[in-house]
Amino acid sequence: MIGFVLRRTGVIALTALCLTFIVFVLTNLQPNLEKLARTEASSRMSEAEVAAWIERNGYARPMPVRYGEWLGVVPGWTRAEGGTVTGRCTGRAPAPAEAPRFCGLLQGDWGYSTVFKLPVAAVVSRSLGHTGWLMLWVVIVMIPTSLVLGVLAGMREGSPTDRTLSTVAIVTTATPEYVSGVILIVLFASATSGLSPLLAEWGWISGRTLFNGTATAAMEGITFWNFALPVLTIALYGTGYIARMTRASMTEVMTAQYIRTARLKGVSFPQVVMRHALRNALIAPFTVIMLQFPWLLNGVVIVETLFNYKGFGWTLVQAAGNNDIELLLACSVVAVVVVLATQLISDIGYVLLNPRIRLA
Amino acid sequence: MEPLTWTGSLGPVLNPAVATAAALAVLIWLARGVLGLIRAPVPAGVGTVTPAGLPATAALRFAGLATVALALAYPLSGFVLPAPEAGILGAMGRQFWPVWLALALTFAVSIRWKRRLALYGKLFDSPIGMVGYAIVMFWVFTALFADLIVTQDPLTQVSGMKNALPGTPVRGAEGAYYLLGGDNLARDVFSRMVMGARRVLAIAPAATAFAFMVGITLGLPAGYFGRRLDTGLSFLANLVLAFPVILLFYLLVTPEIRATGIPVALAAVLFLFPVVFLTILWNSRFFIDPRRRNLYVGITLALGLWAYSGLAFNADPLGVWSMEPNLLNVFVSVVFVNAPTVFRIVRGITLDLKSRDYVAAAQTRGEGPWYIMLWEILPNARGPLIVDFCLRIGYTTILLGTLGFFGLGVSPESPDWGSTINDGRRLLALYPHPAVVPALALMSLVLGLNLLADGLREESLRD
Repeated sequence: MIGFVLRRTGVIALTALCLTFIVFVLTNLQPNLEKLARTEASSRMSEAEVAAWIERNGYARPMPVRYGEWLGVVPGWTRAEGGTVTGRCTGRAPAPAEAPRFCGLLQGDWGYSTVFKLPVAAVVSRSLGHTGWLMLWVVIVMIPTSLVLGVLAGMREGSPTDRTLSTVAIVTTATPEYVSGVILIVLFASATSGLSPLLAEWGWISGRTLFNGTATAAMEGITFWNFALPVLTIALYGTGYIARMTRASMTEVMTAQYIRTARLKGVSFPQVVMRHALRNALIAPFTVIMLQFPWLLNGVVIVETLFNYKGFGWTLVQAAGNNDIELLLACSVVAVVVVLATQLISDIGYVLLNPRIRLA
Repeated sequence: MEPLTWTGSLGPVLNPAVATAAALAVLIWLARGVLGLIRAPVPAGVGTVTPAGLPATAALRFAGLATVALALAYPLSGFVLPAPEAGILGAMGRQFWPVWLALALTFAVSIRWKRRLALYGKLFDSPIGMVGYAIVMFWVFTALFADLIVTQDPLTQVSGMKNALPGTPVRGAEGAYYLLGGDNLARDVFSRMVMGARRVLAIAPAATAFAFMVGITLGLPAGYFGRRLDTGLSFLANLVLAFPVILLFYLLVTPEIRATGIPVALAAVLFLFPVVFLTILWNSRFFIDPRRRNLYVGITLALGLWAYSGLAFNADPLGVWSMEPNLLNVFVSVVFVNAPTVFRIVRGITLDLKSRDYVAAAQTRGEGPWYIMLWEILPNARGPLIVDFCLRIGYTTILLGTLGFFGLGVSPESPDWGSTINDGRRLLALYPHPAVVPALALMSLVLGLNLLADGLREESLRD
């Protein structure tokens, strides 16, 4: 078991290195650097001045070296010009001489965001805090709903309940977040259409709309009215998928010999489901739920843009849209780490949960 | 001119009838679902269908059919009544006349000869599959006949029609309406939705097909040979899969990246796979018949490399094949995102199938590895692959919509559904129609594909 975990961790560390290098290359392409030079220094620089700026700020050296510096395994560049010493790490200490030699990811130095004019670490941690709440509520809503739906549908394959719930699941998987978000806003958070005008006319709601169309207020304090729609939008898409997987796993378990044996010896149907089937049926959905997290990240980006909620996804869009290289890199690292961590958890969890798999 | 109402003069009669029938159908549907849950009759065998739901099912079928039949009166009324009386639904129904005709023909022909049509024919035994197929074909025919269906030019802006409500008559044009209203730039939402279908259906299936070619060409040998090749390719596939899709899009579909030539390089690699796949396919099949082999391989190479030069490098000497840089960028990223998943599926199926007796028999006969992979294993893997193909077109449609939603890689004029949703969402709370129309269109297409895949899966499992 320990060997397996170590081996998986090794592969994942290698993957993380490769991925961060790819992201580093893709964000530090020459056109991006030229754009950065123009936005940072002056938009009316000539080609030669741009090249000089890139040279002066240490972007003109080979990609692997710069990647090493960013990671913190290669000493940061320094440059003595006219008596003043500039360098990658000089800004981190009062005098250039006292500056640390290494400053990169491993030293906890994530760089400086050009869009927010703040250290990247601060921006990322603040936005992750916002997204953390969103994810928490999504998970609280999505996982129990989808598991219950899947188990109910799968315990009697082909029954009317199964047909009904499966149709619901298919419809939700066919509705990407940007569609369900738009429809939910129009139905519940528009002053001119959907439910809100009706309710306002009857005097059932005090404001103009039932729910808030933006989640900006939720950053100060989360209420049901400003947070329900974003959470529902993300949860809907995943619910259908997990429910279908749970259903498939449940139907498979329900045809197993030991379920038949339990039925034949007279155990009641609810007992069979609760005692015998559920435990084995929930192994596969565990993996699916874990692997669903990368998709949730997708949903988070869309929903935070749609509802103007300044979390991780919104920050990523801002960083990418404004050529904020270091912030985008940091966002990518976080995203990649989340994906790889969920993969590792799903691998290990599957082995722990499934008694049929034994690893030496 | 008066603006059109949704249901026209039929409304006062038909609306209550449709509402009653639909409410009844929904009630029975819910009741059946809940009843089947509470009442737990002792089943004959666990996991089989119980006959308890039969009367409810019959009632549901009746109510459902009544709803559909009554609701069909709206679009069909457009053929009988003139525009102002037929309402928006009637007018739209009339605009879609080529689609109804083509759908009716397709279904008549398919159902008449369904026993001879193998898996495609069996689709018409499953109601879910039929509904899905109907929705998908509706959009396919809409894309084909888009020029006949549109009422206005999708790019023309008509003054005074900014954010016009559905059914507003066009200023200065007799008998012309913005059927589904105008968008923020005073363009016709209905016509843009119809033209958007063409755009989406031109890219999504083609990109999915390319992803399948890449996945199959790499997945078969990875599963069949295993060892180093498998380890290396699987690592690469997992690398791509570990990227959050949205991040990959933001990195790959930017205006800056086009200057570096990365999309063209990716296209050069990815677009080569269909040519390679077909060449190996013919070569392994007709290896012992050099004359036919040379003919087929020659034709494939000539056509394939001709298209390849045009699509990937925009260097077609005759100028037939070309792809705008924008589109190429989008296309390549979508293929790149989808291919590793297909690879994993194909590899998994190959691992399962390669221990079968017919593979051993082929090996004993002395068949080459590529013949076994492409002509023994691949045909036997077609069931799950066809089902996944349908699902994946839907998924690709969602991805394209995501790209449009973030305004990546498409021109702002483009009528594709994702970017129209993006344009419309800014004024969503005030004028919902410009965003809701493409959103519903996209959802119905993906739903149709999912239902179709479900129907195909059920029918292919039945053999």
